[in-house]
Amino acid sequence: MFDKAKINAIKAAKEKWDCGPVQKVCSKFPERKAVFTTISGMEVDRLYTPVDIADLDYQAKLGFPGEYPFTRGVQPTMYRGRLWTMRQYAGFGTARETNARYRYLLEQGQTGLSVAFDLPTQSGYDSDHPLSMGEVGKVGVAIDSLDDMRVLFDQIPLEKVTTSMTINAPATILLAMYLALADEQGVAYDKVGGTVQNDILKEIICRGQYIYPPGPSMRLTVDLIKYCFKHVPKWNTISISGYHIREAGATAAQEMAFTIANGITYVQSCIDRGLAVDSFAPRLSFFYNAFTNVLEEVAKFRAGRRYWARVMRDRFGASNPRSMMMRYHVQTGGVTLTAQQPLNNIVRVALQTLAAAYGGAQSLHTNSYDEALCLPTEEAVTVALRTQQIVAEESGAADTIDPLAGGYYLEKITDRIEAEIDDYIGKIGAMGGTLKAIEEGYIQREIQDSAYRFQKEIESGERVYVGINKYTMEEPPLTNLLKVDPRQGEIESEKLARLRAERDQSAVNRALDNLAEVSRTEENVMPAVIEAVKSRATIGEICDVWRSIWGEYRPKEYI
Amino acid sequence: MAEKRIKVIMAKPGLDGHDRGAKLLARVLAEAGMEVVYTGLRQTPEMIVETALQEDADVVGLSSLSGVHNYFFPKVVQLLRQKGMDDVLVIGGGIIPEEDLPGLKEAGVAAIFGPGTRTEEIVKFIRDHVKEN
Repeated sequence: MFDKAKINAIKAAKEKWDCGPVQKVCSKFPERKAVFTTISGMEVDRLYTPVDIADLDYQAKLGFPGEYPFTRGVQPTMYRGRLWTMRQYAGFGTARETNARYRYLLEQGQTGLSVAFDLPTQSGYDSDHPLSMGEVGKVGVAIDSLDDMRVLFDQIPLEKVTTSMTINAPATILLAMYLALADEQGVAYDKVGGTVQNDILKEIICRGQYIYPPGPSMRLTVDLIKYCFKHVPKWNTISISGYHIREAGATAAQEMAFTIANGITYVQSCIDRGLAVDSFAPRLSFFYNAFTNVLEEVAKFRAGRRYWARVMRDRFGASNPRSMMMRYHVQTGGVTLTAQQPLNNIVRVALQTLAAAYGGAQSLHTNSYDEALCLPTEEAVTVALRTQQIVAEESGAADTIDPLAGGYYLEKITDRIEAEIDDYIGKIGAMGGTLKAIEEGYIQREIQDSAYRFQKEIESGERVYVGINKYTMEEPPLTNLLKVDPRQGEIESEKLARLRAERDQSAVNRALDNLAEVSRTEENVMPAVIEAVKSRATIGEICDVWRSIWGEYRPKEYI
Repeated sequence: MAEKRIKVIMAKPGLDGHDRGAKLLARVLAEAGMEVVYTGLRQTPEMIVETALQEDADVVGLSSLSGVHNYFFPKVVQLLRQKGMDDVLVIGGGIIPEEDLPGLKEAGVAAIFGPGTRTEEIVKFIRDHVKEN
């Protein structure tokens, strides 16, 4: 970018500055720390200059928004054309209560829905299963059958909203219910838009909501991708998720690297199952975290976009530019929120929102300030949504594309993060791929080591965490927390008993038998799952069919 | 003879998969010289108590972030007592609202460590409260 003589002159001038004024000041007033690092532990220099980006080839490495390598964004006009989708993750209690929250959020200007399911639903158990005891409706909405799904979307026309569903092991079943509902509302499948997370690898690595062993789990993931490619063309068939990897302790670069490693595995599996790369890759999407160190996050997003584009073009031979675009949803960092002085979390979330906006996210969920204590109250979720609206409409962050590009520091750390991603992808490849690396506990250990390092830094005071290890104070506990009715399990169980008494049991049996038969072959399971949910089979019954064929996954634990 | 090391069972009751805290603490306690067994995910109270019995545990650490602590934690204490393991120290951690603390303490949970707790505080608490054998 710069001519050599100028770079050399800057180098010489910087040396002079380092030895002169800097030395002089430091000898009188030493710097606050011997080494400055980002949240992820990446070392930060005192000053960055054109010397740090002297090799930056603008067109090869940055290019233009909407064009390869998409470093500056995936759309030509980004937020000038349309702001990111404001999509608050919500769900608790019954389908009826959650439906009320959705309609409230839509009235407040939210532009997409995002369904949080309770743990029994995520784990494929009905609300009356012994393992569901105490869990029903707690961290999300309980969905047992198509009847619940109908109530969840009551008065919400499916052709007018897009819906994101955080569901993985039983993703085929929840998508089948959504499609069955579209049939009932008379909406054609090609008008239905949204996302299912459908990312089983990250569940196995760090989030724990797996059901089946990796092999059959991957088969369900790919069946869903294949089915949507043919029948539900606007659906984002997978959201390859780094969010939970980061929450579990990964650094920014590890979050991006392990997510991309998982992405490579999904792409390869689809190709192995006979799909052409350009047929399914445009519908792949990603999901990331945003922590408070704004510039590191922005660099992470830009590095990830550039790396993914290269992987898709050079490794998988994609030719459609849409196949090379890393489109992603961001959620602000849950684990960054403190139970101490919870209002400070509003500020953290605002900075993280800015990181997502500068980073070029397509959709965003902002966490509520009370989430280190409970599920968000209506007041807290409103503040969280307003935070997005203020950043979008008042801050100017959405008015020009990739505004931090060209910054000496930003470009330098974008390169460094990209190099770290490349290093991890190389190591995982040498181990024999992601599944092997997971099986050997490599990825899990890398994440846990980072979590441990972070905790040590906090406890030694090396890293300041406001309200935790500095500026602490005595404070009364927060009141008015949202509590889910503890009788939720009973309510859902009674509903299930009624469903089982009312439905045509022989139709359910037929559908489940057919599903079992199809699942033993290599045929796509989606049509049989749709038929099963329409017969009012429950999520637990459908998952049990697969449990009886494939068994349940019990991973080795790595500490 | 060498002094008996404190034995800790770290457990995740229920379906919650968030185990960053449990794994982190397992490592910290091991580094503090304790013997630690991590049960892995999706444990019922019966499974946890069975492990505690088999391993002759001094401490059971329960972690929950999904709001099920009021159901699971007292149940674990109750089952331990039924099996005659009255000396086992039960501690808990996770997203647990302040207003639930008195109930949990009354049920026999010795201490709850919320987000932001220093791990050395937990190490000290265990050392101070495990009954001498």
